[in-house]
Amino acid sequence: MNLLSASHLSDWHIMGALALAGLAGPLLLPALATQIAFLWLMVVFALTWDMLGGRMGYNSFGNIVFFGIGCYAAAVVQRDGGLPYFEGLASGLVVGAVAAVLAALVFGAAMLGIRGHYFAIGTLGLGIAAGEIAAGWDYVGAGSGMALPLYPGELGSREIFFCYSLFALAALCFLVFRWLYGTRFGLALNAIRDDHDKADAMGLRTTPIKIFAWSLSAFFLALSGGLTANMIGFIDPRDVAFAGATFGVWMVLMAILGGKGTLWGPVLGAFVFHIVQELFWTYLLGWQRVALGLLIVVIVVFFPQGIMGWWAARRLRATS
Amino acid sequence: MSALLEVRNVTRRFGGVVANNGVSLTVRQGEIAGLIGPNGSGKTTLFGCITGTHAVDGGDILFEGRSIAHLRSAPIARLGLLRTWQQTRVYSEMTCAENMAISAREAQGGLLSLLRSVPVSTRRKGDDLLAFAGLHEKRGDKAGSLSFGQQKLLEFAMALMNEPKLLLLDEPTAGINPTLINGLIDRLRRANTELGVTLLVIEHNMRVIMNLAHRITCLAHGEVLAEGPPEAVRADARVLDAYLGVA
Ligand SMILES: Nc1ncnc2c1ncn2[C@@H]1O[C@H](COP(=O)(O)OP(=O)(O)O)[C@@H](O)[C@H]1O
Ligand SMILES: [Mg+2]
Repeated sequence: MNLLSASHLSDWHIMGALALAGLAGPLLLPALATQIAFLWLMVVFALTWDMLGGRMGYNSFGNIVFFGIGCYAAAVVQRDGGLPYFEGLASGLVVGAVAAVLAALVFGAAMLGIRGHYFAIGTLGLGIAAGEIAAGWDYVGAGSGMALPLYPGELGSREIFFCYSLFALAALCFLVFRWLYGTRFGLALNAIRDDHDKADAMGLRTTPIKIFAWSLSAFFLALSGGLTANMIGFIDPRDVAFAGATFGVWMVLMAILGGKGTLWGPVLGAFVFHIVQELFWTYLLGWQRVALGLLIVVIVVFFPQGIMGWWAARRLRATS
Repeated sequence: MSALLEVRNVTRRFGGVVANNGVSLTVRQGEIAGLIGPNGSGKTTLFGCITGTHAVDGGDILFEGRSIAHLRSAPIARLGLLRTWQQTRVYSEMTCAENMAISAREAQGGLLSLLRSVPVSTRRKGDDLLAFAGLHEKRGDKAGSLSFGQQKLLEFAMALMNEPKLLLLDEPTAGINPTLINGLIDRLRRANTELGVTLLVIEHNMRVIMNLAHRITCLAHGEVLAEGPPEAVRADARVLDAYLGVA
């Protein structure tokens, strides 16, 4: 899995297969378009969480804030902008991305100096506070949330459109991160994770590196927020935009399940988690939350290094 | 030879403990300087003060004539002053080759310069230095899987990768297999003569430091006890006392 010896050929095979699936999926299974769209959202969640949690060693429980900012920015711009649907959506996405990056710069400057568990707890507070603020702020609909404008296309085309949009976003996020992890920046993230004091003592510019990493995560999360809000058509402050107890926790779980700090781990984790969760909803209705809770326990106890880590250990045992 | 590093009257306290009490020492351009003293005499603390890990409570530290006493560790490193740790610090989940790559000078640049892959020339230089440290066949192994002694060698190679002007080594031979110590002394000397790195070496092993250093400073209870050429320091009654006193 390491950078300097990774074979990129097999990467391209998997990427090609996923691209085919992403393009053909909504056409072959239009009834599942919304579920597939959520799958790509989960991929963005896991990838963006992993940049800090897996690569840099900073466990953030507050990344949901950037998703929420993306949701609300789109809703407000589309409500007040007076633009046609797609122009409004595009403007909303841009405004949301800029706002989330600015927020990441501010939070990053304030919080990325904090190490370990204190950072995790601080970011948890951030997510909760954001939900409370949105739920009490009349300009954004307070506790009753906000409705997004109606999608102008014919019935069923909305799901297909957002399915493709989220697929494009997930693919872009993956390609950008994959490229970054192959640069000195990727190595610097790992150095900060393995020994922050050493990285400082070797003269790395750790503060800008950390803030940039978080801003990049915020950028992709905000775009995913704007798209998701439009796909659902409605945002609730605590259950959709700043849904820390669901989306916010899932981000962490999916990255851990697949394998933190690996290229494919977060993608794999998102696929497994999302499919298992859909199965729970279909076959264990009423018990799906309990099953999900048990799944979390199983992940943490039996796959602490994730599926990729478990796989690598197995292969190592097999060859030695 | 001119002074590369000047420590002037540096004092550092931890609560009630005065770990460094008015310590002064000079390291000249191009030399190998030694720092000895019994356990707890403040040697490691002095390294921390020089490299910005500890804020000094008094005194001043000059590197190439400018004060670095109030700089943090990263800017000090970028001036060309690095240290290694007594307990070793390497990036344990990264391979040896990656440890070398991220220790290069260009990794200290701004964000934009980081958004490029590691050039072949840097990889080759990392491989050469790993070979110099006797770790070439470990280049693809995770640093955390190396033995303690190998990690010490890796940390030394990482520092050389950065081409520092001055390198502070905290007990480089501690934990190294005794049969390998002569090879290590040879490498330290070659870093000094061939790569032009000035060294300040904390060393517990008297035989090693007498053999290696051009000049030696001895600390005891946070204060400078004696200073001078190895033979003179070894013959100093107070130095003998300090060592026998704790032995
Ligand atoms: N981080 C620290 N916190 C508190 N006391 C410390 C710390 N580091 C060193 N000391 C104390 O300072 C004194 C000098 O320690 P040190 O510099 O490690 O000595 P040496 O390296 O010469 O063995 C010791 O009494 C030690 O207990
Ligand atoms: Mg010490």
